[in-house]
Amino acid sequence: MSSAMQSLLRAGRHGGATGEQVRGGQPFTRAMMFAVLALGAVVMLMPFAWLVRSALMTDAQIFINPPQWLPDPVAWQNFPDALTAQPFARYFLNTMIIEALVVTGTVLTCSLTAFSFARLRWRGRDVVFGILLTGVMLPYAVTLIPTFVGWAALGALDTFVPLTLPAWFAGAGGGVFNIFLIRQFFLTIPYEMDEAAYIDGANPWQVFTRIVLPLAKPVIVVVTIFTFIGVWNDFLGPLLYLSDSRNFTLALGLATFQSTYTAQWGLLMAASFVVILPIVLLFFVLQRYFVEGVTLTGIKG
Amino acid sequence: MGRAEARWGVLFAMPAILGFAIFTIGPMVASFVFSLTDWTVGATPRFIGVDNYRAMVDDPLFWKSLGVTTYYTLAAVPIALVVGFVVAMLVNAGWRRQSVWRTIYYLPTLVPAVASAVLWIWIFNPDSGLFNSVLRALGLPTSNWIYSESTAVPSLIIMSTWGFGNAMVIFLAGLQGVPRHLYEAVALDGGGAWAKFWHVTLPFMTPVIFYNLVTGVIGTFQVFNQAYIMTSGGPNNATLFYIYYLYTQAFTDSQMGYASALAWVLFLIVLVITAALFRNARSWVYYEAGGAR
Repeated sequence: MSSAMQSLLRAGRHGGATGEQVRGGQPFTRAMMFAVLALGAVVMLMPFAWLVRSALMTDAQIFINPPQWLPDPVAWQNFPDALTAQPFARYFLNTMIIEALVVTGTVLTCSLTAFSFARLRWRGRDVVFGILLTGVMLPYAVTLIPTFVGWAALGALDTFVPLTLPAWFAGAGGGVFNIFLIRQFFLTIPYEMDEAAYIDGANPWQVFTRIVLPLAKPVIVVVTIFTFIGVWNDFLGPLLYLSDSRNFTLALGLATFQSTYTAQWGLLMAASFVVILPIVLLFFVLQRYFVEGVTLTGIKG
Repeated sequence: MGRAEARWGVLFAMPAILGFAIFTIGPMVASFVFSLTDWTVGATPRFIGVDNYRAMVDDPLFWKSLGVTTYYTLAAVPIALVVGFVVAMLVNAGWRRQSVWRTIYYLPTLVPAVASAVLWIWIFNPDSGLFNSVLRALGLPTSNWIYSESTAVPSLIIMSTWGFGNAMVIFLAGLQGVPRHLYEAVALDGGGAWAKFWHVTLPFMTPVIFYNLVTGVIGTFQVFNQAYIMTSGGPNNATLFYIYYLYTQAFTDSQMGYASALAWVLFLIVLVITAALFRNARSWVYYEAGGAR
């Protein structure tokens, strides 16, 4: 997902540079291509339409035969009903607490580590970095059981600790990608800036916080968004570690909602809509910032 | 600076080094040790050597889960690659509003996995779901989708294809790197659109195809959410994905030892596949002289 987004940004910056090769094509070919794209777009959007349509219908409208395609009358009531049927406000709060802890921890420790790997010289640095990078390939299943057993032994089950503490160790596991990304960005900042600060008597911490980090805002935003979406979407983590429903996240809450209200599709679609919307909005709001931020400084994946 | 710089360097890298030791290396070693034991939660682990691995050979569900996962991978990955590539080419064809197309095709990948699962259960609903409603309206035969043994995995493949936008944006980024002057060279030689595609676009895109292939295979081998939320591995184990089987062994049946052995076998399988793909890549992945990627 993250590399996909990154590529999206890169693609956005060039906006069809190779489009030339077909631009002069036959009008008929162009029309066919447009038709295929448009048809595909309709197919891609169909599940979204089905989601919204069902979220606004009563059960009576949903199960009528022959099917009624559009809500009439519109059942807005599904939204308050769904959101109060289970404590979704609480789930949202829990999710945001975890988000705050994980995003802060990931950004801080990953950028600090990336600074060390990109701009400080120490023996064995590149070997250590190489070893860390192998973690990207590791299937999560291999560490899953001992990690769970470990947290259980520490009495940390049904708390947010197993879901948040690893983030403060540079993301642990999946966080390596973030270190890689930030490091690549740091490498593009001229080292003369650090040198000048060192000559003025600054220490590496000051160089990191006052010079390098402020210049790295675009990549920090990107890592923040990746991490935010990752936490929002995580299902297995909360499923393993949270058991009291008061501790549930939105993703876990939605899954249990689904298994409790199996046939109440209006409510289920309303709840799903509420879980999907923030991520889609986030994408639309930050898409521009993304493209611009990455364009300015030119990340190379 | 010298020595002081080295001290700062190690200090700053400490979160990652500790994190790797605590959350990756430690659990990996522990997982391997667990895999050599007979350990039900609550009981004392008993060392049994490689018996867990031997037991897998005679475990029909292990083979079933491997088969289901392989089937899914072999269909879902190539479909996502082909569709993603074709759509990326179409989107890249110099439209004035390219970003609109890109956004529409990328949108489904933003849907959180749980919400996507809930939505697709409803789409696949045999009575009033989207698919059967449309098929009925068109007078076509309907299907039981995820509720029938033979169509369950194909249904999940259809669902995964909805998310091909991931592969597409990576292809789209790759297409920006194809040198345009080569198209002009082909045109000068009298080559048409097909020649441009075959002799320029495709060779230059092989590293990107390879990247999508490797990440795709690693991803599909670790499918879990769909099996847990949508099908519970059924009907009749038709969607018993490998990780789902591992999960039920560990957290439903409390067989921590056996589940750890399953985890290590998965690790080895992914390792071997990845190594094989990399080896095989030498014969078809084209890298520009000077190593642009």
